[in-house]
Amino acid sequence: MGYTIIEKIIRHNTGAQNVKPGDIVTVKADRVMIHDIFIPFVADKFEEMGFKKLWDPDKAVLIYDHLVPASQLDDTRHFRIGDAFAAKYGMKHVHRSDGICHQLMTEAGYVKPGDVVFGTDSHTTTYGCVGAFSSGIGYTEMASILGTGTMWIKVPETIKVVIEGKLPEDVMSKDIILRLIGDLGADGATYLALEFTGSTVEEMSVSSRMTIANMAVEAGAKCALFTPDEKTAEYCEIKLNEFQKSLTGDEDAVYKKVIRYRAEDFVPVMACPSQVDKIKPVSELEGIAIDQVFIGSCTNGRLEDLAAAAGVLKGKKVADYVKLIVTPASRKIYQEAMDQGIMEILSEAGAIITHPGCGLCCGRTGGILSDGERVVATNNRNFLGRMGTNKVEIYLASPKTAAACALAGRIVSAE
Amino acid sequence: METFTGKVWVLGDDIDTDIIIPTEYLALKTIDEMKQYGFSPLRPELAGLIKEGDIIVAGKNFGCGSSREQAPEIIKALGVKCVIAKSFARIFFRNSINNGLLLMEQPDLYDDMTEGDIIQVTVNEHVEYQGRFYQIASLPQNLVDIISAGGLVKAMRKRNGLD
Repeated sequence: MGYTIIEKIIRHNTGAQNVKPGDIVTVKADRVMIHDIFIPFVADKFEEMGFKKLWDPDKAVLIYDHLVPASQLDDTRHFRIGDAFAAKYGMKHVHRSDGICHQLMTEAGYVKPGDVVFGTDSHTTTYGCVGAFSSGIGYTEMASILGTGTMWIKVPETIKVVIEGKLPEDVMSKDIILRLIGDLGADGATYLALEFTGSTVEEMSVSSRMTIANMAVEAGAKCALFTPDEKTAEYCEIKLNEFQKSLTGDEDAVYKKVIRYRAEDFVPVMACPSQVDKIKPVSELEGIAIDQVFIGSCTNGRLEDLAAAAGVLKGKKVADYVKLIVTPASRKIYQEAMDQGIMEILSEAGAIITHPGCGLCCGRTGGILSDGERVVATNNRNFLGRMGTNKVEIYLASPKTAAACALAGRIVSAE
Repeated sequence: METFTGKVWVLGDDIDTDIIIPTEYLALKTIDEMKQYGFSPLRPELAGLIKEGDIIVAGKNFGCGSSREQAPEIIKALGVKCVIAKSFARIFFRNSINNGLLLMEQPDLYDDMTEGDIIQVTVNEHVEYQGRFYQIASLPQNLVDIISAGGLVKAMRKRNGLD
């Protein structure tokens, strides 16, 4: 009998011959990620549990991104606690202002295909873009992994998503994942793995795959998985080994469900306020006036996203009264966007360009809105109250669509 | 088997963790400081009304969204005895077990429930409401072990020879 990708990773990790959905197994963590919001709680729980040392300081990564730079009086406390914890237990991988955790984990080479990775953030599913099993956990579980190097998981069933064909010009991978979340519902993949395959997926850049893996959790998924290929190898700067090459769903593997799409059928869409699965084609929403546009986040703050926005904005001006805020996902992307002239185009169009970080997406630092205002945003959540008051309307969209809306001052389709 | 009764607060489908505790309050130092803001985007008055021993009954996908563990901690700190929902998001489910917040999946109770009514819960067996019985499934053994140790912190303290 064949295996799904997640079953292959768990078999490899545990050494177990038979692995089937529903089994509860103990896996070894290849890498873990903790971010600034939760480090004080992780540190407290770790010491309360009575651990004296980290199971492997080299495998733990600490990233300051949600609170950088500090915007509330107590925020720097998180950095002080994090720095002290890292010093005390010999952690070397600490990023204090390099960008968003989910961008850095693959960009800085911490995650490789076939790895098992846990992070104190729900969007840890992102690393499935390179074929790693990665999932979000809370700070108590993180504390216990830091001490033991292991965690229990239930082997999930898998939904296979097959996409074949060539995407229309105005469609980005964001439109694919939004449509899928709409079709599955916000709980349609709860406890499940999502496996993406087909010619459209093979054609996609690793960055585009990241957008999809990032938002898999918005359908409740435990993880999202893409088969590592030559693009993955180049991105990770490795040569794929035999195990990594084997990470494709077997033809006789058992899937909970197989969903098929024709790439040509996708259209630009938005998630409407205030549910991620309330998906409508942009063409049905045209004319709705907006106050702000946000292009950035771990979902859509990569170079190809900024380039796509620049393609729409080049030589034009953002509409009066609309604030266009652009946040690159990492320092590296920020620099590349400068080198390639993308920042200049964005700035000349009237964009406010911020430092890399999570602040805007979770309404924590800058760009918050007030009652009755509307924002078109490229991030991953439009929950009530996420980017300001509970009477702010958040529409989630691709960078291309978001840029077009910024020019028009209302919801429009990108040309 | 443990049996208890409690007054019910009814919440809807997809109650996300940003509703349970918005990001802006996550850097407050303690759960006690945070708990007054519980559910504030949806029902600002709710945290002040919940009393020790009350029960939350909700629709599907309760606790979806971020991995913030403050969500179950706040619900517990408000005095909520248990949450009964059609289904739970997975990270919230794990976090609740690790903090000893009792969760139960029940497909039908939410549709019949009126806020303010009293229900009787028999853990791992059923809920009784207006003379009707709603079955609830029992938890897997590894989770029972964590709960019976008093949560994951206590289980680890035991492992490390501290308790």
